[in-house]
Amino acid sequence: MTSIKDYGEYETAWCPGCGNFGILNCLKKALVACELAPHQVLLVSGIGQAAKTPHYLKANVFNGLHGRSLPVAIGAKLANPELTVIAESGDGCMYGEGGNHFLAALRRNLDLTILAHDNRVYGLTKGQASPTSEQGFMSKAQPHGAFAAPFNPVAVAVTMGASFVARGYAGMPEHLAVLIAQAIKHRGTALVDIMQPCVSFNKVNTYKWYKEHCYELGDGHDPTDHAQALNIALEFGERIPLGVIYKQEKPLFEDQFPVLKKGALVGQEVSREGLQQIMQGYL
Amino acid sequence: MSVDIHLLIGGEAGQGLVTIGQLLGKALVRAGHEIFVSQSYHSRIRGGHNTFSIRLGEGPFWGPRETIDILVALNAETVELHRGQLTGQSLVIADSAFAPGLEGTISVSFAELGPEHLWNTVALGLLGKILDIPSDMLYQALEAMLGKKHPETLAENREVMEKSREWAAAHVPKHRFVLTGGVPATDRLLLNGNQAVALGALAGGLKFCAFYPMTPATSIVLELIAHAETMGCVYEQAEDEIGAINMAIGASYAGAPSMVATSGGGFALMAEGVSLAAMTETPVLVAVAQRPGPATGMPTRTEQGDLEFVLHAGHGEFPRAIFAPGSIEECYHLARHALVMAERSQSPVFLLTDQFLADSARPVAPFDIATISPVVAGDAPSAASIPYQRYRLTENGLSPRLLPGMSKHLVVADSDEHDEDGHISEDHGVRIAMMDKRLRKMDILKQEVVAPALDGEKGAELLLVSWGSSQGPVREAASFLRDKGRKVACLHFSQVWPLVPSQFLDILQAAGEVVCVEGNATGQFARLIQREAGFAVTRRIARYDGLPFTARYILDRLESAAGMEGRI
Repeated sequence: MTSIKDYGEYETAWCPGCGNFGILNCLKKALVACELAPHQVLLVSGIGQAAKTPHYLKANVFNGLHGRSLPVAIGAKLANPELTVIAESGDGCMYGEGGNHFLAALRRNLDLTILAHDNRVYGLTKGQASPTSEQGFMSKAQPHGAFAAPFNPVAVAVTMGASFVARGYAGMPEHLAVLIAQAIKHRGTALVDIMQPCVSFNKVNTYKWYKEHCYELGDGHDPTDHAQALNIALEFGERIPLGVIYKQEKPLFEDQFPVLKKGALVGQEVSREGLQQIMQGYL
Repeated sequence: MSVDIHLLIGGEAGQGLVTIGQLLGKALVRAGHEIFVSQSYHSRIRGGHNTFSIRLGEGPFWGPRETIDILVALNAETVELHRGQLTGQSLVIADSAFAPGLEGTISVSFAELGPEHLWNTVALGLLGKILDIPSDMLYQALEAMLGKKHPETLAENREVMEKSREWAAAHVPKHRFVLTGGVPATDRLLLNGNQAVALGALAGGLKFCAFYPMTPATSIVLELIAHAETMGCVYEQAEDEIGAINMAIGASYAGAPSMVATSGGGFALMAEGVSLAAMTETPVLVAVAQRPGPATGMPTRTEQGDLEFVLHAGHGEFPRAIFAPGSIEECYHLARHALVMAERSQSPVFLLTDQFLADSARPVAPFDIATISPVVAGDAPSAASIPYQRYRLTENGLSPRLLPGMSKHLVVADSDEHDEDGHISEDHGVRIAMMDKRLRKMDILKQEVVAPALDGEKGAELLLVSWGSSQGPVREAASFLRDKGRKVACLHFSQVWPLVPSQFLDILQAAGEVVCVEGNATGQFARLIQREAGFAVTRRIARYDGLPFTARYILDRLESAAGMEGRI
C-alpha cells in the first residue's frame, strides 16, 4: 500500500499562502487514492511556478520547456503506455505558449491527465496578464488593462468533445483531490482546470473572490450530456461551476498501435526478419 | 568509351513522371545496368515543370549529367527548357506539336497511342523499345507497382505499353544509345537517399518518430510509417515542429530510440528542443534535409546552406555531432550510426542531407542485417543505487541513464540547471560542475568521428574538398581530370562536426591547390576548416542556384581544367 509519506516532503520556492501548496497536497492524496507508487508515475511540466510542482514530490519527473509539457508527456506515454502520465503546468504555459499542443492533445485523446494551475496571471515573470486574465486586468505590461478576451479552457475542451473535463479550486482541497483522482483513473485525456489565487500578483481573483464566485455542481448535472455540459462550461463570471463538467468514453490514441499492446517499447527486439522483408521490397 | 546515356523525361506534375521513372529504374536495375536517378520538381501538385532523369549504362554513376542524350517530352515546356542541353546527336521524343522543327525529333502522337492519363505509360513503352529492355521486365515492374488488385488497370496499361513499343519498333531509326553488358539479376536494391535514411534508422533500433510534413524530408517519415507495423515503430504527425521534437524527447526519455525529420524552416522551430535534449541529456536523432533558404526559399530544390545553422542551433553550449552522408550507402550507415552515437553520448545528433540526395536513387548491394547492433536505450537499473541520481558527476561525463517506470528508481530530468538528483539548482558551483560534465561528452563524440575519406594520393597537385551530397559529382570531376593526366585527389567529409584536424590537416597542407566545393554561397565548410584547423581554403566552387552539382559544373569553374571538353 502506498501512503502519502511515500511521496515525500520538500522545501519549495513558492510564496507563503500560494495556492500551489493546496494543489500539491491534493495531487499526493489523489495518487495515493489511485494506489499508485511513485515509480509508476511520470510528472511532466513546463516552466512557471506551477511547473515546479513535480520537484516537490517523489515521482519520475521531466521538467521541460515553457509550453511544452504536453508533447513530452505524449512522447513518453507512447514509449511506455504503462506509465501513469500527468502533465502539470500553469495557465500561461498550458494555454498560452502551449496552446497549440493543448488543442492537439485533446484531439488525440491519449490516456493522460492535464493539471492546469489557473491563477489567471504570470507569477514567475512577476505579474503580467495571462491568457485567462479578466479583461481590464491591470499590470505594468498591460497599463491600460488587458484588452484581449480571456480564454475559457473548460468551454474549449467541452466544445472539442474532450474525454474528461473538470474544474477544481485550490481552496477546496477535499473536492479537488477527488477530482484529480477521477481524472487520473479516467481512460482518456482528462483536463482539470484548477482555479488558484496568486497572493503576490493577482489582487483581483483572491481567496475571498473565489469563495464568493465558485460553487459545486450538484447531482442535477449530468456530465455525459454534452449540451448541458456546454451550457455549464460557458458559465464563467459571476458564478463559476466546479466539478466534473463533461466526460465521455472515446477510443484511445495509443490503441491504434498494435506494438503498444505489448507494453513499453524499450524491451522490444529489432526484427531482423522485418528488415530483410523491407529490403526485399526494394529489389 | 563506356556506355553513359542520359535520359530525361519532362512534363507537368500529375502526368505520372515519377511512376515511369521508378518503373524504368527498377527494370534497368533488374536487367543488370548501372543507373543514377535524380528528380527535379516544382512546389505544386499539378502543373509546373517536372523532370525525372536517369543516367544509365556501365557506370557506376555518382551524380547527374548536364547534357541530355534522350529527351522525352510530355509537354512543350520540356522541349523549350531543355533545348540547350541537347548535343546535336540527341534523340528527342515528343508530340510534333511540342517540338516543331527541332532536329533529331521523333514525332509521335501520344494521343494515338493512349488516353492522356496514360501518356506516361506510352513514354515507358517507347523507351522500353529504344533502350531494348525486355518487355516482360517492364511488365513485372508495372505489376509490382500497380499490384494485382486492379486487373483492368493493369491490362489497360499493358496494352498501351505494347502498342507504344510496336510504334517505336516501326518508327524509331537505328541510334547510338545502345545498352550493353547487363546481366539480369535481382540482387540489388534501388533506393533513394530518404529511403536509405529510414532503413538505416530502423536497423539502428528506431522506435519512435514525430514529424511535421516538410519537403524534402517528408518521405523519410513516410518510408518509416510504411514499415512501422513490421518494425514495431510508433509515429505521430505533430501539430508543429516544436511538438514533434518535444515528443521525440519525451519518447526517448521513456526508452524509445527516437528521431525527427525536417528541413531548415521546420528545424528553426526545433532549435529550443535541441537545447532541451542537450540539457536533459536525452538522446535524439534530428535529420535535416536541406533546401535553399532563407525563409520558404525554394522548397523543392537543393542546397547545403544550413551547415552553420545546424552546428549552432540551440541556446547554450553543449556537445553535438553532425553526420553528412555522401552516398545512398552512407545514408543507411550514418543514420544507424547517428542513432547509436546519440544514445552513447546522451546528446542530440544530426544527420544533414539535402533535396538532391533525398530524391536521388542508385542501385546498392543489400545491407548486412545479420551483423547490425541496434541501440539499447538506457542502462540497467542494477547500475544505480536508490536514491538514483540521473546526473551523477562522472569522469567521462556520462551518468547512468535509467528509464522511468522500469524499476523503483525515480528518474528526474530537468531543463533548468540541476544538481545530480535532477532538481533545480541555482548554485554557481553546481553550474560549473554540470557544464563541465556535459562538455566532457564531446570527447566521446570525438573518439568516434568518421574520418574524412581521401580518394587519390596525398600531395596531388589539386585537392578537391567536399562534404555531404557533393561527393559524387566531385569524384566524377576528379576522375575526368585524372583521365586527362592530371594528379587530382578528393577529400570528402561525411561527418562535419566535430572536426579532428589531426585526421586531415597534413593532407590539406601537402596538396598543391586546395579547392572546396560546396552547395552554398558563402563557403560555410571552408570557414569551419579554417576555424578548427587553422587552414585557409582560399579557392571555392559554390553553387546556390537550387540545382545539384554536376561534374561539368565543377570542371567549368576550375581554371586548371580550362578548355577540357568532354561528354560529362
